[in-house]
Order: sequence, then structure tokens, then C-alpha cells
Amino acid sequence: MATNTFKIWRGDAEGGALQDYSTEVTEGMVVLDAVHQIQAEQAPDLAVRWNCKAGKCGSCSAEVNGMPRLMCMTRLNSLPMDEPVSIEPMRAFPPVKDLVTDVSWNYKVKKTIRPFKPRAPDAEDGTWRMDQADVDRVMEFRKCIECYLCQDVCHVLREHHKHEEFVGPRFFVYAAALEMHPLDEETRSKELWEEGGIGYCNITKCCTNVCPENITITDNAIIPLKERVVDQVFDPVSRAFRVLSGRKGKAP
Amino acid sequence: MPEFPTHEYDVLIIGAGGAGLRAAVEAAGQGVTVGVICKSLLGKAHTVMAEGGAAAALANVDERDGWRVHFADTMRGGQYLSNWKMAEIHAKEAPDRIRELEAWGALFDRTEDGRILQRNFGGHAYPRLAHVGDRTGLEMIRALQDHGVHQGIDFQMECTVTRLLLAGGRVVGAFAYDRDRGRFRVFHAKAVVVATGGLGKAFRITSNSWEGTGDGHALAYEAGAELLDMEFVQFHPTGMVWPPSVRGILVTEGVRGEGGVLRNSEGERFMFDNVPELYKSQTADTEEEGWRYCTGDPNARRPPELLTRDHVARSILKEVEEGRGSPHGGAFLDIAWLREKIPNHADHIKRKLPSMYHQFKQLADLDITEEPMEVGPTTHYAMGGVRVDAETQMSVVPGLFAAGECAAGLHGANRLGGNSLSDLLVFGMRAGEHAARFARENGLEGLDDAAVAGAAEAALAPFEGDQTAGENPYQIQYDLQDIMQDRVGIIRDGSKLESALEGIAQLRARAKAASAPGSREYNSGWHTALDLGHLLTVAEAIARAALEREESRGAQTRDDFPDKDPEWGKVNLVLTKGESGQMEIERVPIPPITEDLAQIIEEMG
Repeated sequence: MATNTFKIWRGDAEGGALQDYSTEVTEGMVVLDAVHQIQAEQAPDLAVRWNCKAGKCGSCSAEVNGMPRLMCMTRLNSLPMDEPVSIEPMRAFPPVKDLVTDVSWNYKVKKTIRPFKPRAPDAEDGTWRMDQADVDRVMEFRKCIECYLCQDVCHVLREHHKHEEFVGPRFFVYAAALEMHPLDEETRSKELWEEGGIGYCNITKCCTNVCPENITITDNAIIPLKERVVDQVFDPVSRAFRVLSGRKGKAP
Repeated sequence: MPEFPTHEYDVLIIGAGGAGLRAAVEAAGQGVTVGVICKSLLGKAHTVMAEGGAAAALANVDERDGWRVHFADTMRGGQYLSNWKMAEIHAKEAPDRIRELEAWGALFDRTEDGRILQRNFGGHAYPRLAHVGDRTGLEMIRALQDHGVHQGIDFQMECTVTRLLLAGGRVVGAFAYDRDRGRFRVFHAKAVVVATGGLGKAFRITSNSWEGTGDGHALAYEAGAELLDMEFVQFHPTGMVWPPSVRGILVTEGVRGEGGVLRNSEGERFMFDNVPELYKSQTADTEEEGWRYCTGDPNARRPPELLTRDHVARSILKEVEEGRGSPHGGAFLDIAWLREKIPNHADHIKRKLPSMYHQFKQLADLDITEEPMEVGPTTHYAMGGVRVDAETQMSVVPGLFAAGECAAGLHGANRLGGNSLSDLLVFGMRAGEHAARFARENGLEGLDDAAVAGAAEAALAPFEGDQTAGENPYQIQYDLQDIMQDRVGIIRDGSKLESALEGIAQLRARAKAASAPGSREYNSGWHTALDLGHLLTVAEAIARAALEREESRGAQTRDDFPDKDPEWGKVNLVLTKGESGQMEIERVPIPPITEDLAQIIEEMG
């Protein structure tokens, strides 16, 4: 049994600092286990948000050694254990207390996205027939556990604080799931451009890199949405321009 | 009396898992105002953990299926203690509840002809579980959540109820605190639905998250409702056993549905030697027949790994006790063996069981397409809960409804896998519908100021007194979990249960002195101290009912009464709070079943 030092950010909206805690590290432990152990033994008022402890609910998002991670899925033996482990709250959201941040902005943003609207049922029994291949296309997006790590890492939110003008990678994934849903018949391109701020994304793929569900956010969600925006918002002028200039574009 | 921020609704729903959300959507659809209290953030409730699927006799995969078969399977699984009316309603209404989720955006895996695909699961005669990979619960929660936020429902996130408020002989609301600031809130409503889920945190090894502290069970009990079937706690046979920090996390039954087999340290498929009489005629005789069943052969019978959860859990325990367990005290669950049957078996497994692949790879450093998993029983589900009317889901307390895991009746002595997701849809909807009706038919009763003041005082107790000399609430919870795990677990006996009740009584005294240093802001020590009251109530209810029921049936195994007793098959146990505050237990006869339902059971064997 070895003990290790954990530098945990303690504080609130007024400010805070990293505080050192030493605790025993045993086989198979994840970062969340260490936080819980410290909470139970030394700091009962240490605030941490968590729930399923199996990477399925997306509650325990934090920055571990500076990287946005789910604490429940980060094994200590995957980190350098000869130095202290730093654990800090997500920086793209206002701090509430210690490791807990105020993520309510995300819930407000989601409500602004035009909801699912299915086409009329096409089967005799009043339901729909769908091909597995069409279901599979959006499955990747529907795996999202809403941990908001992609929002945390996105420089448009994290550095430039464009929360009022930009919905962030999570909600591009959400919009993509709706746009590509085999039954949905709404169009969201104009809103994604005008209110969603999709133009701010300059496809650095930071979001894709931190997604614990391995959703290919940039390539599979954001870029196709950007293409739709080009096709549906800037038609017919830009489309004519593309045709005339010989540039390839996606058919509407 | 101190003033607290007060929220007023027609219908207040406590809990935002599948049952709570389905109830909220229904009530909002009826045109009443609805508030939902979530203990966590919206969309994080324990329903997201449900993996295998939702049972509904859609008959998309096997035409022989229908509500009658589903009804009979549920009754058999529950060892005939289930509320037969609820079992009938559930079997009849589940298909519509699944189909309407699609209209709200949920996506399920498809059959060749484009309908909802269904998979095999323990105790179900035909492939019956609508599913999407192994993350069905997340899909359902997300569909309900994303639909619900556009229905005008008011969601109160990270808010915990400590007491239900009563006045004029009915429920009138709830007293709660918010997690971030620790401020008190009063919820004033015409009808209240408790949909708080389970109580697994009363045990040391559990698949439940920190939220599963039996809140709805205890809140309703304290408010005068009856608790039913509390002795029946489901120990899921396959939880992770290694590494220690993840012990108890669920390994879906879907692994076995897809062909996964259980072996002991000697490589034997020991389940073939553990087939109970009641299931002999429905179980495969050979490994080859079992595999054919998993591939969808309608003429094959199910492999013994897909017997009901209570049987499989006990069988694993027996292997471990007799020295044939895996290195960390479980059994081997092998899906990697499919390499003998399927080309590209690794891709197949990753497609069918993506979360399981991910979970083992990341948490145990194990590739399930290459190596067997180590699994063992984990506390999973409470069959027992608030006793409700089968049609309306109302308890004996006027205006107080319950749905989902914290309600009881459907599952009897043992729940079939897949029946919980359909349960929460069917009865969540009914609870929402009838709570809305109750709200329309009954005005808003005034709050009782003294009751509100009393609730506030009790909630502040952990901050009173000597903070340094007080008890650590976490330690009390650990001690309770040890008592429940060791003395009220899978194998029980009278003397262990009696000693558990003594231990629980001692913990109650210690819990009174539990203290929480620090402020009221996001203070989990304080929250744990407040949850203890609920946990101790459900722990006592489980132990008392387990002691009273002197037989082994379904999830209850008594070493001192190893056989099923037909006399005990005629009664349910009901617990209520007595006049002087003590817990009282009563044997309540099961009402005679109607002739048509009896005939279905007869025919389906």
C-alpha cells in the first residue's frame, strides 16, 4: 500500500486554491475513489458531484492533471503516481463549491434547440419501420452522457466565454442526432448558424479528444452540420458560386 | 415560523428517473401544473444504468408472444406473490408505452423488417426486451427528458426531500433542501408522486448509486403509507467483483442473453446442475441447445444461465462457498467463447455489448472479447415498496402516489429482468394520470406551519451540539451496510436477522448524534446524515419482514426454513408505523385471482 498526494481545488465563486491531501492508494482505484476516501476520512464537507460511478451518467466531470476527465473512469495507475495528482473543477462553468460547477447553462441551451418532430407513422399498425443502418447512424450521438467535458475544453467557451452566442459541441451533437434522426422532419440549420454560433467552431477537435464516449464530435456531427448550414442557409447564391467556381459542395 | 421559499404545483413528483419523468409527462399532458424534484441533475438518475432492455410483448421477434405469456412469466417469476391485477395491466400496456417512446424520439435496435428488435432475458419465454445495445436506460431517460423539457414542467435539480408534509388527512407537499446552498424549500401541492427508486445503499455491495437510499419508501412510510413485500431484495447475480473499488457495478444480464456462459474455477458450466423443478421443462438440456436458443431458434429452450436472478445468484454463491470460485470470489462469465461460433466475434460483442466492453476495458483492464469476466452477486433492486392501488398507484394516504422501484406489487418475490423499465413506464404513466385527476378533483389544502417548522428543525440537527464529539455519518452508514450485507443478505436465518434488528436499533441511537462539520453548502457529510434516517427505516423494514417470513421463496432464502411453504404463498407482508412510532407488521391475504387469469397461469405452466 502506498500513499499519494492529491491537490484538490477547494473554494467557491469568491475564489479558492489547491489544497494537499494524502491518502492511501490501493489496486484498481480511480480518481473518484481517492476523492471519496479523502471526503470520508479528512474532509466531510468536500463537494463533489457524482452518481453512477461507472461512466454512464456523466456527473463527475473534472480536470485531472489539467485534462478534462470523468473521475470515475480515470484509473490512478494511468497517471504518474510519483507526483501529486491535481483535481480541479471544470473551468468553462462558474464554480459552486470545490469540484462542483454550475452547469445549468447547458440545460437552458438545450431548451432552445427545436425539439424532435417525427414524420407521420408509415406502418399499418400506426408505428414506423426503420432500417438498422439508419438507426446506427445516430447511435453514436445518442451515446452522449452529457458530461459537458466537450463544453469545458472548447476554447470558444473556455477562453472566449461566448456562452451567449455559441451552444457548444454538446449541442451540436444533440442537433446532429435530431437532424439525422430517421423520423425527424424539422430543419435547424438557420438557427444553428444564427443562434447556435456554429461558425465559431474552427474544428480543432479538442472536444473529440476528451469525449469519454469516443464520439467523433467534430468529424461526424459538427462538420456535417456546417455543410448543411452552407447548403441550406447560403443557398442559392453560394451554391451557384460553388458550381461556377468548380468547388465541391454537398448536394442539398 | 421561519419563512422558506415555497413552490406551488398541482402535482409534485419526487424523483426524475424513468417513473418520475413518465409521470410528469403524463400529468403535464393532462393540463395541470407539474413540479419535479431531482436529487441529482436532470438526466443522471439511476435509470441511465439500465442496460438490458424493457420487457413488452410486442411479438416482433416471436409471434407466439402476447400479454398472456408475459403475464404468466411475471407471475411465475414473482413466485405468485405479485399483485395479479398489476401484472395484468403491466403485460397489457407495456407495448404501447414502448411504442410511444419512439414518437418522442427514442431509438431502439431494429428487426430485419424494420420493427423494434427484442432480445432474450431470464424468465421470459420469448425474446421480449426492446433495447438499444446495452444502454437502453440512457435512451429512455434521454427521450423522456428531451420531450419533458418542452412540456412546461418545472424541474428542481439537486434538491432533496426530507419529509412529506401532511394536513387535513392528506399529503399537501414536501420539505426539501437544495444541495448547492443548503437552503430549505417548501413544496406545496394537491397531489404528490414518490418515484425515488431503490435502496441498495443499505448494503455494502450494490449496483445502486449514492442516491439509492430508500427515500420514497421511508418518506411514504413516515407519512402513514404501507410498505409491502420488503423482505424481497433482488441480488443480481452478475456484478463486477474486481477491482475492489468497482465491486457491485452491474454486468448486464444481456451478456448471458447474447450467449455468455457461467463457469466455475474448474471450467464447469455449473448452472446445468442448478435447475429448479419449476423451470426444468423450460430449460435446455445441453450446451448446444442453450446456444441455439441464444441465436433465436424458436424450438430451443433457454440455457440455465438465463434462469431467474435469485437462482443464479444463489448458485454462484454456492460455487464460491464450496471452493470453486474465481480468484476474487466470484464466478467466470465468458462471452469470449463466442469465437468458437461467430467469425469476427470481437466486433459482434462490441456491437451488442458496447458499454460492457468499455466498462471492463477501462475499470478492470480486461478485454471481454478475449477473457472471461469475474462476476458475483450485487444488491440490485427492491421488489418491496409502497403499497398502492393497482389501477391508480395511490397509497392509503389520500393524494400520495408511488411508481417505479419505490412502489411494490408487480414483482412479488422476484423481479424478471426487463420488467423494471416497462414497470416504470406503465405505472409512471398511471401515477401521473391519476395524480393529475386527484389534483383536479381536490383543492389545495393549507400547509401546517408546525409541521414545516418541525421538518426544518430536524434537518438542522446534524449541525447542533458538539461537532467534534459527534458521530461521523459515513461511519454509521458503513456499519449499517455491513449489518445488512452480512446478516440480511442473500442467505438469511432467524438468529442473524434478530441480531441485525438489534444492530439497526443501536445505529438509530448513534444516528441521532451524527454531526456534520462545515457549512450548509454542498456538504455531503450533512446529506449523508440526513439520508441515514431513510436508510435505517428501510433496513429495519427489510429485516423485520425477512424474519417474519419463515420460508424460502424468490429472493428470500432462509437457511433455517429452506423450503417454500404453500401457506406463505397466500400472504404478503405489510409494514406500517404504529401509534407510538414502532414498526408494525401484518400478514395480508392475497385476494383470490380471477378465473380468466388463473386459467392463463394454468395453461402457460
